[in-house]
Amino acid sequence: MENKVEKIEIKVCMGPVGITAGGPAVLDAFGAELERAGVSARLEKNCTRHKVGCKGFCSRDVLVDVVMDGRRTTYQYVKPHMVARIVREHIMGGVPVADWEVNEDYRTFHDRQVKVVLSDCGEIDPEEIGAYIEAGGYEAVRRVLAGITPEEVIEEVKRSGLRGRGGAGFPTGLKWEAARKQPPGLKYIICNADEGDPGAFMDRAVLEGNPHSVLEGMIVAAYAIGAEEGYVYIRAEYPLAVERLKKAIGQAREKSFLGKDIMGTGLNFDIKIKLGAGAFVCGEETALIASIEGQRGMPRAKPPFPVAGGLWGRPTVINNVETLANIPYIIRRGADWFSSMGTERSKGTKVFALTGKIRNTGLIEVPMGMSMREIIFSIGGGIEGGKKFKAVQMGGPSGGCIPEHLLDVKVCYENLMKLGAIMGSGGMIVLDEDDCMVEVAKYFLNFTQMESCGKCVPCRIGTKRLYEILDRISKGEGKEDDLTLLERLSRDVKLASLCGLGQTAPNPVLSTLQYFKSEFEAHIQEKKCPAKACKALSVFRIRKDLCKGCGACMRACPVAAISGRQKEPHAINRGICIKCGGCFDVCKFGAVRKGKDQKNGKGKKRKLIST
Amino acid sequence: MQKTGKQEKLGGADVGELEDICARHRKEKGAVISILQEIQDVFGYIPEDCINFVAARMELPASHFYGVATFYSQFHFSPRGKNIITVCCGTACHVKGSENLISVLGRELGIPEGRETSADQNFTLEKVNCVGACSIAPVIIINRTVHGKTNADTVAKEVKRLRGAKDGKQGGKD
Repeated sequence: MENKVEKIEIKVCMGPVGITAGGPAVLDAFGAELERAGVSARLEKNCTRHKVGCKGFCSRDVLVDVVMDGRRTTYQYVKPHMVARIVREHIMGGVPVADWEVNEDYRTFHDRQVKVVLSDCGEIDPEEIGAYIEAGGYEAVRRVLAGITPEEVIEEVKRSGLRGRGGAGFPTGLKWEAARKQPPGLKYIICNADEGDPGAFMDRAVLEGNPHSVLEGMIVAAYAIGAEEGYVYIRAEYPLAVERLKKAIGQAREKSFLGKDIMGTGLNFDIKIKLGAGAFVCGEETALIASIEGQRGMPRAKPPFPVAGGLWGRPTVINNVETLANIPYIIRRGADWFSSMGTERSKGTKVFALTGKIRNTGLIEVPMGMSMREIIFSIGGGIEGGKKFKAVQMGGPSGGCIPEHLLDVKVCYENLMKLGAIMGSGGMIVLDEDDCMVEVAKYFLNFTQMESCGKCVPCRIGTKRLYEILDRISKGEGKEDDLTLLERLSRDVKLASLCGLGQTAPNPVLSTLQYFKSEFEAHIQEKKCPAKACKALSVFRIRKDLCKGCGACMRACPVAAISGRQKEPHAINRGICIKCGGCFDVCKFGAVRKGKDQKNGKGKKRKLIST
Repeated sequence: MQKTGKQEKLGGADVGELEDICARHRKEKGAVISILQEIQDVFGYIPEDCINFVAARMELPASHFYGVATFYSQFHFSPRGKNIITVCCGTACHVKGSENLISVLGRELGIPEGRETSADQNFTLEKVNCVGACSIAPVIIINRTVHGKTNADTVAKEVKRLRGAKDGKQGGKD
């Protein structure tokens, strides 16, 4: 029978991945089973179940914490049908279901992390302001309004060493001070939640997992610089984050943390949400301001910097989501505590989105200064499928690829810059031996040439030309002097572009050229792709001994190049095949093989080019 | 509230809705993007007539609305399909094969390259830069539901299922 447990708390991960994996159904199942077992009736208020934001280890979702009298058991891959047994054996019988508990991997994933921004994310219900307050939330607002002057707040943030988490790493305290020193009058604080970097989802996780921490950071910032109006500029592609943020703003107004005369102190501050409309360049400060003003999101020359002349020409501070989410913890626990973490010039922690060809994908937070090797091989568990590590891409379209021999470098703003990458917003995409670096560079340049706003020539035309050169190299049509041309053009685009987008767009080209030049040369001189990734340079075959004749490849083929009877080996007609790789991706038996195209070796193609 | 199909003419209730949108934003500075977003919420796309109508009401040049609407990838000028399939093309999805998903989907849905919506207005296939669900790449979104760890086989089956649900025949093979 049920033992003498006094308090039960069930936490179901409902970040984007948790929801996709079936989080809502699991939460409902817990409700029904606890009801049926009579636990909810007996413990009443002491039996709670709620959703939490991203718990980080997305590859194991749905993750469920069962906390009984303070003792936590975490289950992984939970499905609704598993809930009855957990309630019966664990909650009623007192014996956790060992088969479904998280294993050693989960502990190594968690034990090396230090959570500040994510400390409440994945623990509290993001849609309940009460849960955040209980965890110490809004304490920073109370404290600063109770008698710390704005100058002292700025001094504290300066002392903490916090730098902007959006990419460039400008010291937050200095930015606030510059805005504070502007003549009094209308001032604005903007939270930049336009997380446009493909492969990054830190800001989304924070906004979905703990939106109040961002609001609290904004309130403190508004008090420090003297702003009465704030905006959150957020991507429309994040509907759940928008919904939770709206709810949070409503709750904060009810509790008088936002609005007129905040908590009876006479301070006025309110926050509006502005939805982005799908333009990457709007992550750039001046473009973001133009977008909020209802214009095309095109950057302008600086100065004036936004702190002097920003939104509607008024002094404006723009901080990234993660930067703002750090503020409540810095005020609560002190600048000394914060600056005790990290390296000499990069303080505190950083949230990274760990994705790509890595075993433990998910969201992590580590102190600055940890080596990339530790992040990828200890926390991330290494490469999936026993493949070989090739590079880690950091900083998205503005960043670069870091090869194996540099993995021991400690992560901080300066080091990454030296390596040709950037901290960026924190996407870490791990690439393995199957990834072609020419293709990766081409992917990013395709992205930037599409997203270039078109205002300045070096970026608009330069990125396009860079893309075209990479495209022809990846097709085996590269020319001997293409690499020199790539390098020269990259430097020019970097030097001459107006805003950060163009100034950093060539980084993916330069860093891959620097560390993986031989791959480029193989494409140009030997017409082959060493990673066998470039489709134009490879051929697909079906191995008769492995093919079961299931027909999956036939269904996946966009040009009907595959023939064969059911349950008999299939074959690819190379004359029709467009080398899309669809068959390769769907074959469950490893029967579709990719090899280099012999024809391209020395024959036809080469002649075509030389004529 | 979504209306698709052939281009909506201004008339009856639609004008009322446009008036409401304008009234809501009349006093707001820089509301052009919000107005366009709301028009798209109502019609599913941005009909040409609507731009001219709201521009006159807001006392702004229509070119300003066009300029903004063509700049941002969120806005569409032609009606969208009944089912909207979005393929994430973020880096993580890309290295896990999203490009191939697009070609498979294009073939399954009968949407040639360079177009977004099928001739029967049943499906729209679009790309998005990143939806931020990178840990379950490659990701596609079908009518707002996120599907993770997809491959050519699963998306083809999903399309067949949607087709089957629509006309009652040609059900999925699974």
